[in-house]
Amino acid sequence: MTTSGALTGVTVQDAILRADKVTMRFGGLIANREVDFVIPRGGIVSLIGPNGAGKTTFFNQLTGMLQPTSGEITFEDTSLVGRSPHEIVELGVGRTFQNIRLFGAMTVLANVMVGHHVRMKASWWGSLLRLPAVRAEEEATRQRARELLDMVGLSRRFEEDWAKNLPYGDQRRLELARALASEPKLLLLDEPTAGMNPGETAQMTELIKRLRDELDLTVLLIEHDMKVVMGISERITVLDHGELLAEGKPDEIRANPSVIEAYLGKGATTA
Amino acid sequence: MDPLMRRAIITGLLGGAAVTHIGLIGMIDAFQSRDTIADVLTLGALLPILIALLIGWRSGGPMRTPHLVPTNRHAILLGAVGGAVTGLVIAALALFTTTVDVRWILSNASPSLAEELWYGQGPALGSILVVLVSAAAGAAGAALHVVPGPVARALTVGGLTAILVALMEPFVVAVLRNIGLRILEDTFYAQGGLTLIGFVLVFAITAAGTYAWAIRGRETKQRVAAMPPDRRRTGKLVVYFMLAAFLLLLPQIVGSRLSEVVGTVGLYILLGLGLNIVVGFAGLLDLGYVAFYAVGAYTTAVLTSAASPAFSPELPFFGALPFVVVAAMLIGLMVGTPVLRLRGDYLAIVTLGFGEIARILFLSAWAQPLVGGAQGILSVPPPIPFGRDPQSIYYPILFFCILAAVAARSLQGSRVGRAWNAMREDESVAEATGINTVTYKLLAFGLGAAFGCISGALFATKIGTVFPVSFDLLVSINALALIILGGMGNIAGVIVGALVLVGLPELLREFSEFRLLIYGVVLVAMMLLRPEGLLPSRSRRAELHEREDAEDQYEDEAGEKTGQPVVTT
Repeated sequence: MTTSGALTGVTVQDAILRADKVTMRFGGLIANREVDFVIPRGGIVSLIGPNGAGKTTFFNQLTGMLQPTSGEITFEDTSLVGRSPHEIVELGVGRTFQNIRLFGAMTVLANVMVGHHVRMKASWWGSLLRLPAVRAEEEATRQRARELLDMVGLSRRFEEDWAKNLPYGDQRRLELARALASEPKLLLLDEPTAGMNPGETAQMTELIKRLRDELDLTVLLIEHDMKVVMGISERITVLDHGELLAEGKPDEIRANPSVIEAYLGKGATTA
Repeated sequence: MDPLMRRAIITGLLGGAAVTHIGLIGMIDAFQSRDTIADVLTLGALLPILIALLIGWRSGGPMRTPHLVPTNRHAILLGAVGGAVTGLVIAALALFTTTVDVRWILSNASPSLAEELWYGQGPALGSILVVLVSAAAGAAGAALHVVPGPVARALTVGGLTAILVALMEPFVVAVLRNIGLRILEDTFYAQGGLTLIGFVLVFAITAAGTYAWAIRGRETKQRVAAMPPDRRRTGKLVVYFMLAAFLLLLPQIVGSRLSEVVGTVGLYILLGLGLNIVVGFAGLLDLGYVAFYAVGAYTTAVLTSAASPAFSPELPFFGALPFVVVAAMLIGLMVGTPVLRLRGDYLAIVTLGFGEIARILFLSAWAQPLVGGAQGILSVPPPIPFGRDPQSIYYPILFFCILAAVAARSLQGSRVGRAWNAMREDESVAEATGINTVTYKLLAFGLGAAFGCISGALFATKIGTVFPVSFDLLVSINALALIILGGMGNIAGVIVGALVLVGLPELLREFSEFRLLIYGVVLVAMMLLRPEGLLPSRSRRAELHEREDAEDQYEDEAGEKTGQPVVTT
């Protein structure tokens, strides 16, 4: 199977996700116009663009929170269009949010355990009767949640604290752990380092790379911080005004005059 | 003027307004019939004093904006001033009612009210007395800020308990007789209230107990936690055994009249536990919960009563119950489906409508052939093998309450409970985390309906007749109010809430005309002082008391954020 990227003619042999001519219209506003997009399996791919370029809108269509006006999105040969968010999670797409959205008045551990919900089998009547199988599954989930907290570097000291009381950086880590708990094959990260200081940002970048290797993930991230994007991405897609502006390796994007212009305005190409 | 002093005077005026209000609506007069301390203090006389105490407590406390904390002596002075202002208003009210006759519009503004406000003295002495007493009460209220925390707590709990025990006189006396402690009766109780000795003793014992718990409570808990597991298990078993024995013997201990009240409380506990699943766990504000109560009662009546108009299989109660539960769960799904996409306020309004529709349907001519319209359905049989008398029907109610509490507890700590909580916290994120919010909403409605309908079924068999008027909005509001009062999302809170909001008013029937007023005051006071409820679940507590901190923290962090892209080439 071969698909060509619109601008640079890339071919991808093994795509975990592909979007064909995805258009999203809100009344008269076109947030995404015929975006073609491919994520190679096992890669780390970034989606960048100035504020208002339609990145998060695009993200929301991949996760089922918005339905595209037209176009097609397939994940491992299954169409995602028309599916609800929880079905897409079940297929193996996990996500985090730009503005952290944890379940604030639940414990840190419970937040991660909620993430594992789709992989659990306990029925409501099984839970009601506390069947042995249900209790065993509950215990296994708790163990798994603790492992994930370790993995993202959250101290176990916090596990019974309220999610909302965690420091900012730890909230980002927790959100990551919650997304991982659903055992995704593709992880979508919406600005994972937003609001972090340089030290935390570096740690997060390392963490994302390590998770990809350890858990066999494919990662798509939206990111503003170019240092992060250039350091982590294998391929970068640039959106501007809802349209695909460029696609390529980090070095190609860095050198692309239209990308620099989109970010810094006309005349900045020489800077 | 000193802002604290200004606040004290304003608060005092508010206290005066409160006393004026309860005086003019006749509450003081009505409460005059009950003694708190026999021959010393009637309940009617106590009310203005309690208000002055509260005013003093408010006046003497720390102020938020501008941030001012009065010194100890200043606090007491402020409290006394606040109380005195209240006293002045009371004296003015008494003077007004004796000089101007406004009885044609305010029937309670009579000389007898003035006499009560003046403690039966003349205008001059009475006015001076009421100002002095109110000032003293205000100072005492302010003193609660001055004394150490555990002492203040002990005094408050002791005082409130003593007043409550005095109020409960007829019932406590009945209980004492039932358990063969008549001896105590003469020491503690006079006709209509506690004796002075009794009041002091009750106050002293509860205050001392509260103080000891405040000082030693944590230590005791740690000691229990440090005990070897087998001893702890034995201890637990002993506690459970005693609790079980108490619950089983309760109807015999309290007698028939109180058992009736206990039964009603039980029905509301069931309702509360069911509504708590919908509102407390899943965060779906359902104001039409009475619909399920009604469906439970009517289905039971139709299936068991020989007088059921159209269809009357005359099943025994426990034979009918499975059908009742299934019917209610189906209705729950029916109600739940159209409101799936609604959130918050919109959901509340629509469910409110459903509740009313249910009542009107049962009343309608259209449904009359099946459910009897306004005539209702008569002769619903008792739940054989149990009888209908309060001491017998208590047992099935107790059984279902325990069943419901255990079920709610199991669900709370499970995959299902977590999914509900996640939905309550943030519905769209819950969906994006993999929770099928449609299924879980319907499940909450269905299970909530099941609990509610069992309560309705027991209600029908307990009363023996079913009429549409029994299922008005007030049932929904009561059920909601009791879980708010008890503590949203917490099972023990539901029980406490039902005892306070349903049990107390049942015991104080003679004051029932003021029931809604007291209800309102209690709920407003709760929202101001303890918004998380009496026994909050941990999450509600966190939500309501730590939000401010969390928000501050978030704003600090957000200040560092820059939305601008950083291009480093």
